[in-house]
Amino acid sequence: MARWTPATLEADRWETPTARTLVLSVPGWTGHRPGQHVDVRLRAEDGYTAERSYSIASASAPDRLELTVQLDPDGEVSPYLVGDFAVGDRVEVRGPLGGWFVWDTTAPDPVVLIGGGSGIVPLMAMVRERHRTGSRALFRLLYSLRTPEDRYYRTELGPAADPGVDVFVAYTRTAPPGSARGPERLSVADLNTHGFPAEFAPVCFVCGPTGFVETAADGLLALGHAPDRIRTERYGAGGRR
Amino acid sequence: MNLITRGFHGRRGGDPTRIPPGQYETHDFPVLTVGPTPRVDTDTWTFTITTETGARHTWTWEQLLALPQESPHTDIHCVTRWSKLDTDWTGVSLDTLLEDVETTAEYALAHSHGGYTTDLPLQDLTDGQAWIAHTFDGHPLDPEHGGPARLLVPHLYFWKSAKWISGLTLLDEDEPGFWEQAGYHDYGDPWREQRYRGD
Repeated sequence: MARWTPATLEADRWETPTARTLVLSVPGWTGHRPGQHVDVRLRAEDGYTAERSYSIASASAPDRLELTVQLDPDGEVSPYLVGDFAVGDRVEVRGPLGGWFVWDTTAPDPVVLIGGGSGIVPLMAMVRERHRTGSRALFRLLYSLRTPEDRYYRTELGPAADPGVDVFVAYTRTAPPGSARGPERLSVADLNTHGFPAEFAPVCFVCGPTGFVETAADGLLALGHAPDRIRTERYGAGGRR
Repeated sequence: MNLITRGFHGRRGGDPTRIPPGQYETHDFPVLTVGPTPRVDTDTWTFTITTETGARHTWTWEQLLALPQESPHTDIHCVTRWSKLDTDWTGVSLDTLLEDVETTAEYALAHSHGGYTTDLPLQDLTDGQAWIAHTFDGHPLDPEHGGPARLLVPHLYFWKSAKWISGLTLLDEDEPGFWEQAGYHDYGDPWREQRYRGD
């Protein structure tokens, strides 16, 4: 776990104008569990290093992993990874890390995924791993974001992409023209309508900025979900830059 | 191995005598918690130290506040890589709480409302190194940061500073807590970058 391994940028995809998926070739990588993260280390020519943690976006695969990095213009690492890191360039990674915010692919329980902004990334890894493993666990994904332009993974999380994964998108600032739901924050009513009832005892994963996670987790508690069925990951301001 | 990331320069600026390796300075106060934030009422709040012989020492909220208060000014370091400098806390030193506790235990397991645990050597909780903190920057500690009271052990990675502290169990043998069982380091010294088991 503690070993640093070279990772080479093999390809990229732009999810939005400020979010870039990095497809990394990592010889020796043996795969990961959905929801885990990696540490990334960058070293300047004079030996200065910076390290950050990023959630893994892809399903488990040998020798390969994908990260989606959101640009924070005030950050130190994300402007490089989003703007300058070129195909063929290298960083070091170590992992996979984290054993708690992880979906068990063998569990039949229904799953509620609640993502705010770039908090969608580890949840996308769960959706992709569900598809890869052929799991029949039913997923309901609630994705909160500011505007339609901020939406990641549009095709994969598009309409009727997978009958076992219901996707509800809550726009908080600007809703697409003609949509029935105006721009508003994800509410307890949304959680009630688009999640699973507490009686089904789903496992709930909530990821996003701190305030978002606090509100969503409190909402799940108010709807009767047991605290030990709610797993959270918070990106504090200044969290993953 | 000294692999260079081409074109990376970094922003730097952190004070290397105060920012441990692999960390960066933040001026925010990020939150790391594994589940929903418990709301703990100070009317029913208690803090209990249970020794290796089973003896129990319990304080209510009023009793805690009636003890001598200290105001540590310190830097804190989270394993998720942020460090926050010059933080101000108020709370009760563990030296005060352990004063009348008879023990020869070597370890402590901290317990939280909500079920979280973390383990530490007892000697890291004494000699002015640890507090039960209830005030941050002059204000009552927010629930999301561990209020009404959290353990504060600033010389170790901050997951050791258990939020919503409910008690300490003193033990002859070390017993891994929540993150320690999940692969994180048993001790967690930020200056030696002890993030994960084996570091």
